[in-house]
Amino acid sequence: MAEVRIPTILRPYTGGERAVSATGGTVAEIIDDLEANHEGIKERLLDGDDVRRFVNIYVDDEDIRFTGGLDTTVGDSASIVILPAVAGGAADIGAAGAPR
Amino acid sequence: MRFDSLVDSVGHTPLVGLPTLSPSADVRLWAKLEDQNPTGSIKDRAALSMIEAAEADGTLRPGDTILEPTSGNTGISLAMVARQRGYHLICVMPENTSVERRQLLTMWGAQIISSPAAGGSNEAVRVAKGLAAEHPDWKMLYQYGNPANAEAHYRGTAPEILADLPEVTHFVGGLGTTGTLMGVGGFFREHKPEVRIVAAEPRYGELVYGLRNLDEGFVPELYDETLIDARFSVGPRDAVRRVRELIDAEGIFAGISTGAILHAALAQAKKSLEAGDRADICFVVADGGWKYLSTGAYEGTLDEAEDALEGQLWA
Repeated sequence: MAEVRIPTILRPYTGGERAVSATGGTVAEIIDDLEANHEGIKERLLDGDDVRRFVNIYVDDEDIRFTGGLDTTVGDSASIVILPAVAGGAADIGAAGAPR
Repeated sequence: MRFDSLVDSVGHTPLVGLPTLSPSADVRLWAKLEDQNPTGSIKDRAALSMIEAAEADGTLRPGDTILEPTSGNTGISLAMVARQRGYHLICVMPENTSVERRQLLTMWGAQIISSPAAGGSNEAVRVAKGLAAEHPDWKMLYQYGNPANAEAHYRGTAPEILADLPEVTHFVGGLGTTGTLMGVGGFFREHKPEVRIVAAEPRYGELVYGLRNLDEGFVPELYDETLIDARFSVGPRDAVRRVRELIDAEGIFAGISTGAILHAALAQAKKSLEAGDRADICFVVADGGWKYLSTGAYEGTLDEAEDALEGQLWA
């Protein structure tokens, strides 16, 4: 059972949950399991057979685009993180409401 | 070493070994001290390269105004070079960016235009693109898409590393504009293709990823994923832990993003050690810790530092 961390923008699909469990031996199987429990999320993550351009998926902190893509192996207690791609740079956005 | 002016002294930074953090005689770590550039960061290379390219192709003329979305090191580097060369600089930065950065930019003569805090750097890029369209006489260098950014590392950083460390097996750098990794990666693909290029990408708090929809995401125009071999996401806790190890073990006082880079470098070192491979792993010290003292990363417990960095774009 892997833990999948869901970004804010996709939480409407998980009933607001920040992290959900999913089963599967590969990222593709994990996404199918997510879809079974959170209908509609798959289409937001994938564009056809590929991860969408502005979506990054990490298994144990490593970007799956460099580890075999959707065929990347997912271990039993893997941590999966889904994040939108954003610009880098060094800004302090504390005034947007972040705890300091 | 003697130079005609400060701008002429950009680059040619030291490469130092890490005798304590290197796991064995066969798996060694090397730090490229980019904090020893004139304004204290690796961005001096990109800033100088982008300005010189724009001068060479006639885009920039004496007295021109340069516009750039930046809230950190690139702005400071551009401000220093612009002042020496007689250009005005306008930086678009998220409002409420730390006071140190505003003071440094103002000291070097830059003007600051604020963009809304909520969108972070994505929003600064959007605002700058809008301003560039409204003011065609302002010259936007645009570090995220300017090939001269990557070329600075193709021509400078990478050949310096190969000259100092011909046995290099891995390069580890930070992923922001992607300029460092694209330039160094491009050089080694041509000159020593067995060198593995590893990206360390900072993972911020949730607010930073608070887009209205996924189509607002951003991938720098410079980015070419064929030039890197692995990409690690590193959160603030690991970055702070490593930045503290670096000063404790090796005496190197680095900025927080360097902690993320070192974290990826140590992960690679562990893999090489376990596989029984020889490795000479070069990583970038992107800047010193001075500009980040007020973030809380350098004092208290790791929990406190992690809390303090929540919601900040710390790299």
